[in-house]
This record gives sequence, structure tokens and C-alpha cells, in this order.
Amino acid sequence: MFVDFFYHLRGYGLKVTITEWLALMRALAIGYSRADLHVFYNLARCLMVKREADFDNYDRAFASFFMGVENHFDISDELLEWLSNPKLPRELTDEERAKLQALDLDELRERFKEVLDEQKERHDGGNRWIGTGGMSPFGHGGEHPTGVRIGGAGGGRSAVQVATDRRFRNLRSDRILDTRQIGLALRRLRKLGKDEGPEELDIDETIDSSARNAGEIDLVFRPPKRNRIKLLLLIDVGGSMDPHTLLCERLFSAAHKANHFKKFEFKFFHNCVYENLYTDISRWKGEPTSRVLKRLDHTWSVCLVGDAWMSPYELTHTGGAIDYYHSNQVTGLDWLRKFRDRCPNSIWLNPEPLRIWNAPTIHLIRQVFPMFELTIDGLTEGIDVLRGIRPNRALAA
Amino acid sequence: MSFHSFTGTDTYLAAPELRDSVNVASALEKPLLVRGEPGTGKTVLAEAIAENLVMDLLTWNIKSTSKAQEGLYVYDTVQRLNDARFGDKDITDISRYIKYGPLGRSFRADQRVVLLIDEIDKADMEFPNDLLHELDRMSFFVHETGRQHTARFRPIVIITSNNEKELPDAFLRRCVFHYIAFPDKAEMEDIIRVHHPDVEAELLQQVLLRFYWLRDLPEIRKKPSTSELIDWIAALRRGGVSTDVIESELPFLGVLMKRENDLEAVMAAHRRGRIN
Repeated sequence: MFVDFFYHLRGYGLKVTITEWLALMRALAIGYSRADLHVFYNLARCLMVKREADFDNYDRAFASFFMGVENHFDISDELLEWLSNPKLPRELTDEERAKLQALDLDELRERFKEVLDEQKERHDGGNRWIGTGGMSPFGHGGEHPTGVRIGGAGGGRSAVQVATDRRFRNLRSDRILDTRQIGLALRRLRKLGKDEGPEELDIDETIDSSARNAGEIDLVFRPPKRNRIKLLLLIDVGGSMDPHTLLCERLFSAAHKANHFKKFEFKFFHNCVYENLYTDISRWKGEPTSRVLKRLDHTWSVCLVGDAWMSPYELTHTGGAIDYYHSNQVTGLDWLRKFRDRCPNSIWLNPEPLRIWNAPTIHLIRQVFPMFELTIDGLTEGIDVLRGIRPNRALAA
Repeated sequence: MSFHSFTGTDTYLAAPELRDSVNVASALEKPLLVRGEPGTGKTVLAEAIAENLVMDLLTWNIKSTSKAQEGLYVYDTVQRLNDARFGDKDITDISRYIKYGPLGRSFRADQRVVLLIDEIDKADMEFPNDLLHELDRMSFFVHETGRQHTARFRPIVIITSNNEKELPDAFLRRCVFHYIAFPDKAEMEDIIRVHHPDVEAELLQQVLLRFYWLRDLPEIRKKPSTSELIDWIAALRRGGVSTDVIESELPFLGVLMKRENDLEAVMAAHRRGRIN
């Protein structure tokens, strides 16, 4: 049963390792057990799930695993059975095997039996074991002299019911992000490189080295390290992007505040990039795109943000631009390709969820730029492409 | 085996789940990593544990420049050099110049202590990885003296993080993890009564209503936390503000909101009358 639970969790995308799973076995064997599924719920979670973003997945996994069996489930029986016949997850590494040996299952089994015996003798009124009606500080719905029960699970509801509440849904990392989270993601965007220019005096090392050198001054120099990322942010504003204004503002302000880029520029466009890019959101002040392109080279990264949702002719036809007075000589798609050719290390972020990326224009643009969702996960993946640690792949035509 | 059972204290109300997590971490002798919004009592938790279990508390406040080594010990070469110049001190005994950090002191303590490693995410990305070995073995080696220090009493290690940086997987695997969710209304009532035992019920209800309404406004960048709420109530009571004024004017809002944009956003929302 326990091994099944382990695989069940992994099946839900939780990266549970043997080390963590063995910690759970140890905790159960030294007394954190009994038939209380509430305690098991929290115990298994605090030992095996290490990010609140995964709590929701854990809840789903837990509910689906224990649904139906919760009432006649006895952890003690299951654990004793497992300890006498330890079925292990497959594919153990050497390190994990060594850990298992250190755990000493026989000793655990003995200890657990002691625990059970003692428990039989003095439960319901004992104050050491986890029980629903006991005085243990570990329990639920119990009575503990100093414990003030506040909120949380309990109140006669089963652990499975609590899990099905999915209280941690909002913490999932594939949801929309806020400025701070974007800022954090952007912080990943650094490529440290040794800069040219004079070396800097390393004062700490110099003092240390001089002291070790019995007071003879020994100067230590080191080459300065600086972030080499140059980023151009191009944001689609207006029209279908209106619902995403807040999100784009956040991305923009986070990127603007991030002062660790070697160079940072931003421009706005409407639906697609044409001859002019704008420096303000109302798109009054502009700069010819060709001039912007001239400033760029392969050391720059371009990050385009937009829903890529438009009429196909806005991309593929000359004169297809959405603005009535505007007649473009070069198609939108060609402009995009120019950016891609000039700065191969570029991505497109789309605030719309992946499941509705079915517009023909989205497909066309994905053949030019790799496209990512504007969520924590998507942004992180995109940034990994910019950092060059994930392959930069557009869709095949 | 006897557990040190943490139960919470008079002033620190720990939810049952949190108590379980603390006790499991203590029994398994693994560090407890606590995450949660600012103001959910992460740092105070360690103080409460120390008070509850009657142990000494050692605190290591992490800064962006913190190095893992500093937590163990620093060899004060400068002091030794300085002493050598005047020749009035014994500089042959290097151990005199070994200054132990909080982590080192917690391993050397002659009884079990609580060690708080506060805001671990402030430091460099690699910082947690540098601590892995020491936290696993609870021992460290002083190269300068050639001595191995092994903890006789493995400390209860509480590590807090605001999630500024993702922590490395290898580090997370070794920790017990607890996420302190922001208290809901009922929990918040209990917390406030600890700090303001004689608060009028009507005022409390009004204040909580405003507070959660405010936190739910999507345009707020920095949501007010528990400590700010407690300050706000103190201000309202000292100012003798009546409950209907709270409803109509949101007085002393500056105590709750620290950013001008947020203040304006709240006032605008309030004018729109989105409260109900």
C-alpha cells in the first residue's frame, strides 16, 4: 500500500524521492501513526511535498488515493505489514540503498511493535500517542491543555474531504503571476561573464592573504563579473490585449525595476510589429523599427508579449495592419522574422492560456518564435531559453 | 523515545498542523523549513518553540552577503595579525582566533537548542547547498585547528523563507516543509484577542471586514499583514474611532498600507463603494 501511495504521488507530478519516503516510514514507525488519516495527511505532506505550489496536486492525489477506503483504513496494520515485508520502490540508487541500510528496518519494526503494545495498554487517556480522543499534541479534535485549536482541518470532516476542498489551489505555480514573482523570474535572467576592462582589487582576499603572509602586503585582483544580458521588451497594447493590461504592466514594471541587465529597452506595438515601434502606451511617440533593429545584434534578446491573436492578413499581407490610416509595405510576419534573424535568442510570451492557442496567427508566430505562457512556469521556461540552458525551438513549418 | 512536544504558547497560537510539523522535524532531527507570507509569524515560531520547550534560541539572520562558512566559524586573521604586532598576547594558540557562528555554536552547545536560520532565501542561490553537509551530519571541521566538532545534542533547526528565490531540490529533500497559510477570519480573531484582549466585538468585526476586503482588492501590490492589522487596531482604539467612522472613512489607513499607489487604490475602491 505504501509503495503504491509513493507511485501515486509521483503519478500526480510530485517529485517525491526515496529519501523523503523513507523519512515518512521512519516517522510512522517511531510513533506518528495510528489510524488517523488527518495526521497522516499532514505528516506525509510535510515530509514529501516541499513547495506550496505542489500542495494542490498533493490534495488531488491524496483524495483520489484514499477516497472510499478512509473509514476502514488502519495505518498501523499497513505499516506493520510493510515493515515485516518491506516492498521497495524499484530503481533505487546506491545512495538510496545506503540510506535504507542506515535506517535498519528490523530495529524500526521492533520499535514500532513496542509502540503498538504500549499503545494498547494505555490509550484513550494516554498523552503520548496520536489519537482522535487522546491528549496528544499531535492529534486532531482532541483536547490539549495548552493547544488552542484554530481553523484548519477537522471539525468532524474526514481528511479526504479536507483534501477535496483544494484549499491551496491559488498557490499553484501555473497560475497568473504578480510583479514580485515576475521580478524573481527575471532575476534568473543573467549570464555572468568576465567583463573586459581593468581588474578589481579584491579587498577581503587581500587582507586575508596579507595576514596569512605574516603581514607582508599581498594584493589580490580579480576580473569583474557582470551580467551580459541585453533585453528588448516589446509589448502588444490595445484591443484584445486590454484584459491583460494589469499583467503586462506588472511584467513591465518588474523588468523596468530589474537593474541587473547590461542594457534594457522597451517598446510597444499593436497586434503586430510594423515600420514603427512606440515608446508610449498610447502609441503617439514612435521610432522607426529599422532604426531599433540597427541597434540590436545577436547579443541582444528580444521578448515579445502579446496574444498573437489577429486576422491572418495582419501578419501575411502588405497593407494588412490593423490601424486604418496605416499601410505597411512589409508584412508583419516579415518584420517578426527580421527580429528573429537579428536576435536569434528571442521568445514570445502569451498571456492567454496554452489550451486556447488555436488561432492561425498563433501558429504562424510560433514558427518564428518559441512561445510560452505568461505564467510562472511559462516565464521560467522562456527565460531558460534566453539563458541558453534550454533549446530554442520554434515550431516546424 | 520521548518527544519534545511543541504545543504553542500563550502568545503564539500554533495551528495543529504546524505543531505536528514542528514535532515531526524535532523527532526526525531534520530542519523545518517554514514558508509563508510576511507577517504570518515565521520568525516568531522559533522563539515560541524555544520558550515552550525551555531551550536557548540561537538566531542567524541571513543577508545577501552571508556565506555558509560564517555560520560555522570565522578565523579572525586580522585580529591575530594585530596581536602579533604588539607581542603582548599569545598568538600561538589559533583556537583563540576561531570565532564560532550561530550554526557552529548550536552544534557545540552542551544541551539541545533551537537554531533559527532566518530568511535563507536572502542569500546567494548556492548558499543552501553549502549547508547541506553540515545540516545532515550536524558536524563540522575546523581546518585551522584540525578539530572536528560534532553536535552532541542535535539542535532543532527552523529555517524561514519568503520565497524570494527557489531553493535547491537537494536542500528541500532534507527538510520538513511547512507552509503557513494566511490566517482566515476566525483564526485572525483569535490572534487579535491575544494582542488586544479587551477589544470590543463590534470594532473587531468591522475591522476584520475591512481588512479582508482590502486584501482581496486585486490592484493592491503589497497586501497588509497581521502585524499591520494589529497596529491598525491599536491606532483605531487609541484614536477612539467609532465603528461607523471605520465604515465610512477607513481612518489611519497609512498604518495598513505602506505604498502610495496602494493607498490611492484603496481609497478609489472605497469611493466606488465596493464594500458590502
